[in-house]
Amino acid sequence: MTTETEVAQVLRPANHRRQDQVFKALAIGASSVIVALVVLVAVFLVTQAYPALRQNTANFFTSRIFSIDTPPIMFGIADLLWATIVTSVIAVVIAVPLGVSIALFLSHYAPERLARPAAQLVALLAAVPSIIYGLWASQLVAPYYLPVQDFLEKVLGWIPLFSATNTSGGATLMFAGIVLAVMILPIITSLSREVFAQTPTFHEEAALALGATRWEMIRTAVLPFGKPGVISAAMLGLGRALGETIAVTIIISSLSDQNRQSFSLSFFNGGETFASRIANNAAEFDTPTKAGAYISAGLVLFVLTFVVNAIARVVIERRRAFSE
Amino acid sequence: MAKRIDVKDLNVYYSSFKAVEDVTMTVEPRSVTAFIGPSGCGKSTFLRTLNRMHEVIPGARVEGSVMLDDLDLYAKGVDPVSVRRSVGMVFQRPNPFPTMSIYDNVIAGLRLNGVKGRKDLDEAVETSLKGANLWNEVKDRLKKPGAGLSGGQQQRLCIARAIAVRPQVLLMDEPCSALDPISTLAIEDLVNELKSDFTIVIVTHNMQQAARVSDRTAFFNLAATGKPGRLVEIGDTQKIFNNPIERATEDYISGRFG
Repeated sequence: MTTETEVAQVLRPANHRRQDQVFKALAIGASSVIVALVVLVAVFLVTQAYPALRQNTANFFTSRIFSIDTPPIMFGIADLLWATIVTSVIAVVIAVPLGVSIALFLSHYAPERLARPAAQLVALLAAVPSIIYGLWASQLVAPYYLPVQDFLEKVLGWIPLFSATNTSGGATLMFAGIVLAVMILPIITSLSREVFAQTPTFHEEAALALGATRWEMIRTAVLPFGKPGVISAAMLGLGRALGETIAVTIIISSLSDQNRQSFSLSFFNGGETFASRIANNAAEFDTPTKAGAYISAGLVLFVLTFVVNAIARVVIERRRAFSE
Repeated sequence: MAKRIDVKDLNVYYSSFKAVEDVTMTVEPRSVTAFIGPSGCGKSTFLRTLNRMHEVIPGARVEGSVMLDDLDLYAKGVDPVSVRRSVGMVFQRPNPFPTMSIYDNVIAGLRLNGVKGRKDLDEAVETSLKGANLWNEVKDRLKKPGAGLSGGQQQRLCIARAIAVRPQVLLMDEPCSALDPISTLAIEDLVNELKSDFTIVIVTHNMQQAARVSDRTAFFNLAATGKPGRLVEIGDTQKIFNNPIERATEDYISGRFG
């Protein structure tokens, strides 16, 4: 006769159970590290920013002043928020349609022997350091961009967003946005290509059997299937554009005049993003208050990227009911 | 509406491999023709050549001719897209468009044809769903996703989608192989009703199903492993099941192989 415990041991040997427990502990440990890191970063930002924010006598969200050397301490992020969002949104608006088109070409039009190397090439673009993009853009591309800007100013100049400014050359938000578009193009393209290529054959055949042309098949089967993937790719790209520092710092000229009187809503103005303002002034973190002012700006950037990601999640979840 | 299919000396190739050899047959309008035969004998491959769906597979090509009444499907200048608009297809696995509602699924083909009027579309949805015996089950949830239906309902939705564009021929590639017996019965009843309007060709692994739904049966087989599939014989279903000409057919029907 075997006892119950013996039976249990035969069914589930003790060392298997131990492996299970070890693996479980490792998995929980690893994921806790991630959560802890995010929380610690948030705590760091808040605790460092708080004292400076307490001393701030200007409105943090609506002011453009950044006067932190001598009391009264005054700083606000209105122009930084504007420049950051404008450059990133321009980047996404350009990069998403372009990236999706390239991805569709690679996944559904190009012959196999062209698609494979081309896809690898696109992935390689993502590995180019951002400082190289910055140098390339400001030294090489800017002269070619200028006529485009002049043309847009002439045709659309009556709209405040496109009005002419004193910022010279290609040192504008618009140009920074275009360069950011090139920088986030690889990630948007390769993620989109991956989801498009995963479209189940039986969805594609369903469309083709109804007499869909290739483009109609893409519209009825591939794009709806890939939509959540494209959205998350766009959000990842947006997140990268929001935080991109060195290329933006090289490209746009900052508005250095007193209290940024030359600030305007125009895309053809200069300016600074959160990241480029912090980078431009990294040498000035000599007192907790000064550092705290910049860290407050960093905190807003941190929250901004968090919100972007949260929105992406919500959009993707809402689509899920229709995509199972 | 329903048209006759005349196939003459048809060979199908996957690159250099010949998958189906020398098929000649006639499919009568307003009737159900069943294709039976062991796995890998080329019956599904051959079915796909009847609306040029095989062209979706890289390297696939045909020799020979397929006539839809007077139209040679493989004549120069014939667009496979327009062929598929008049020869519809239902697949083994139910494949409603997952992001579309039941309503949008039914009219997907009409949308491709540029039909826009709300009233025309409403009407087409009702007739097609009624035609597919699905109307009563879904009429109160037309705006819900098609993917939320049961497997059998999804397959009937796919049939509704296929008949919504009023094709001349309906090809069905093992439409019941992923379904339970009750859903299978529902599809078989539906096939019986549809044949008064359409020419139907159905591939099936289930010989009882072929016997139940078809007027004519074609038996496909491989000459040997690695050889192309070929049409062994085609005839009235009664005759194929009770008194076939070929020995191979009799062996297959009686379960001695396959």
